[in-house]
Amino acid sequence: MVGIPDLEAEPVIRRTVRFLDERTATAPLLRKTLRYLFPDHWSFLLGEVALYAFMVLVATGTYLTFFFVDSTKQVVYHGPYAPLRDQHMSEAYQSVVNISTTVKAGLLIRQTHHWAANIFLAAIVLHLFRVFFSGAYRKPRELTYILGVTMLMLSLLEAYMGYSLVDDLLSGMGLVIGYSVGLSLPFVGGNLMEWLFHGPYPGQASLWPRMYIAHVLIFPILIGMLLGGHLLLVAMKHHTQFKKKRSQSENAILGVPAFPGQAPRSLGLLFGTAGILFLLGGLVQINPIWLWGPYHTYSSTNGAQPDWYLGWLIGGLRLVPSFDLVIDGYTLVPNPFWGGAAFPLLVFGFLYFWPWIERRLTGDQSFHNVLERPRDNPRRTAIGLWVVSWVFLVFVAGASDRVNVMFDLSYTSQIWFYRVFIWVGPTIIAFVAYRVCKELQASEKTKHEQHKAEARARLAAIQRTEA
Amino acid sequence: MSKVRDSIVAGLVLLAGRGRRKPRKDALRTVPKLDPNPGAETWAILLFFFAALCAVAFIVVYAIDSLPRHTQLLGLSLGLCLLSIAAALIITAHKLIVTEELVEPYSPEEHPNEQELIAQVVEESGDRLTRKRLFKLGIAAAGGTLGLAAITPALSFGPFLETRYFLGTPWRKGRRLVDDKGKPYKATDIEADNFYTAFPERIPDQDKEELGAALVLVRLPVDSLRLPPELKGYDAGGIVAYSKICTHAGCAISLYRAPLFQPDEPRPALVCPCHYSTFNPADGGSVMFGPAGRKLPMLPLSVDAKGFLRAKGNFDGEVGPSWWGSRIWKPNP
Repeated sequence: MVGIPDLEAEPVIRRTVRFLDERTATAPLLRKTLRYLFPDHWSFLLGEVALYAFMVLVATGTYLTFFFVDSTKQVVYHGPYAPLRDQHMSEAYQSVVNISTTVKAGLLIRQTHHWAANIFLAAIVLHLFRVFFSGAYRKPRELTYILGVTMLMLSLLEAYMGYSLVDDLLSGMGLVIGYSVGLSLPFVGGNLMEWLFHGPYPGQASLWPRMYIAHVLIFPILIGMLLGGHLLLVAMKHHTQFKKKRSQSENAILGVPAFPGQAPRSLGLLFGTAGILFLLGGLVQINPIWLWGPYHTYSSTNGAQPDWYLGWLIGGLRLVPSFDLVIDGYTLVPNPFWGGAAFPLLVFGFLYFWPWIERRLTGDQSFHNVLERPRDNPRRTAIGLWVVSWVFLVFVAGASDRVNVMFDLSYTSQIWFYRVFIWVGPTIIAFVAYRVCKELQASEKTKHEQHKAEARARLAAIQRTEA
Repeated sequence: MSKVRDSIVAGLVLLAGRGRRKPRKDALRTVPKLDPNPGAETWAILLFFFAALCAVAFIVVYAIDSLPRHTQLLGLSLGLCLLSIAAALIITAHKLIVTEELVEPYSPEEHPNEQELIAQVVEESGDRLTRKRLFKLGIAAAGGTLGLAAITPALSFGPFLETRYFLGTPWRKGRRLVDDKGKPYKATDIEADNFYTAFPERIPDQDKEELGAALVLVRLPVDSLRLPPELKGYDAGGIVAYSKICTHAGCAISLYRAPLFQPDEPRPALVCPCHYSTFNPADGGSVMFGPAGRKLPMLPLSVDAKGFLRAKGNFDGEVGPSWWGSRIWKPNP
């Protein structure tokens, strides 16, 4: 047995590590990775939840592609679901009805996919709040932040396309609204939409394969690549930390190593996220498309609400008063532009430029590894809360029709109220938040000085007794 | 069976005994030593086996067609399987392994020497070039135009400049109005306080999806009509026809607020459920409320000798959501 290592004497872990190192030369990297430090705070897990929801989305989405048909060719339904029998519908819609009714486990996977999309976006948004209000985007992490905001934007479009592909009544209504927002872009809107849809709405048969490949290949790959860049940048510069212990500083990070400490925690979160998503997918109905029926341009339904992450846009579209900006017969800005395009562009513009706006305001050019609490930076907290509450109030305004049905409050008066309140409300909130931050700071300072004074007094007392 | 049991026991013993195989001096350890926690360990092991049980249950449920609530059971078994693994891992993290809190310096803010070296390499590599600006311009020109050439085929997606397509509608003078089954409407079919969808006669199903095809029909008392002068005669004895597509965001107008709605909204109105643009059917489709920036296009109607409703021409304005050309051209009569 010459030349063959003594297998009995060498345990499997060592054998595997040696095998890998000899062939990939990665032992130094692997060792570093195993002992990479993760600072501990519950809010640092939000980004992880988004990552795991994305994994569930890719897994369930892949399964769905085996059964989905990307065609708007009209067919007559003869399947087992009686209420839809003999109805005209697109092949796309029919295939999703089949996934939901005849494909075994199809409904579980489809509903899990939909739940995962909702939770994916919710986790991203909460993660963004954490990053914003703790100042984690500051130098040297602006690029990480920019990649994150871009992922949020792409994910919104990705989710919107997935929702549209089904071609049920609600998704069709969503798609034509998106088309109208596209049309409303000044100067180029008409041309752009005609190009993208291959003619005026509802466009040609080529639209569906186009949207499909964007939803299942182009956008997931883009999001995946940005995700890789995002995580790489986090790893290269290490994670930020809250200062809780003396050993934590701008120069030193305190954390749990990836292995053994962090690995089971993160894996636990992965399985936990996936478990909850599959429980939701199995037990809580979402988007029962067989009830909505197939989409036709000439049909619509009352009381329709989009998935939560598009609620701010429907609110924006509903709040704008009746006008198109017209100059001598040329429609410069059609109405949907304000609520559907300008509003989200403004919000994303704010997010993209905020790190630089803040730097301009403070003149702060230094590196930051230690996070701030919202109270530590009242101005940022106030401005951030202004934007958040502004978007949130527009979101709530989008549900005025439901409030009308449930509480019998006049729809028109509600809209008029919101047209004013979305400006007043955030201003009040921002002002109050600013004052609260200042007060918290002051009370902390008092407490700190009190502690110091007490310590001094104790010391003096000890010295006296010694003397 | 006993063999299976033996091997499970053996496996568990091996699993439990792993740490003890190679006794080491604690001082030499990288990961600090902690006392065993048999209780937590039992829980983790039980949870892993419960997860395995759930996974098997998922397969069994999948295989048995006759089970009621198939989707719920599938979700329950798979969800519980994943959650048990999660719980086992979290017990492992908190009770069975050491949670070290280590301190390490952050990576340096910058590497000035490396930066200098990179800059030097790039600068010195270009030493031999004498017309640097022109050289760069050449690269930019080649790169830019190549990029442009690469995306040019995307123009095949659809027409980009021929905006006349927006103006097409299937309505012509004399075309009859039919319902969704293809049955022609008679003027007497249209009752007050009711709402009808109409299409042009004899068009294929696919063409009904064109935004210019569908109409809403309502009957109003003739004396309540307030049509502007240019739309005089568009109604057929109080029956008015409008495009069913909202001029705001293209949804179908599927709500008709009949005058029963007292007292604050007394007038009849056509409402789009997407953003609640509200149009007045009595005065040619003007916007009463909501975001729409353009009135609803109206189709002129007539009643033929047999009492059937016919189009008297095309719409008085462009159908569908607005774009830059919406007010420049009008549909062909």
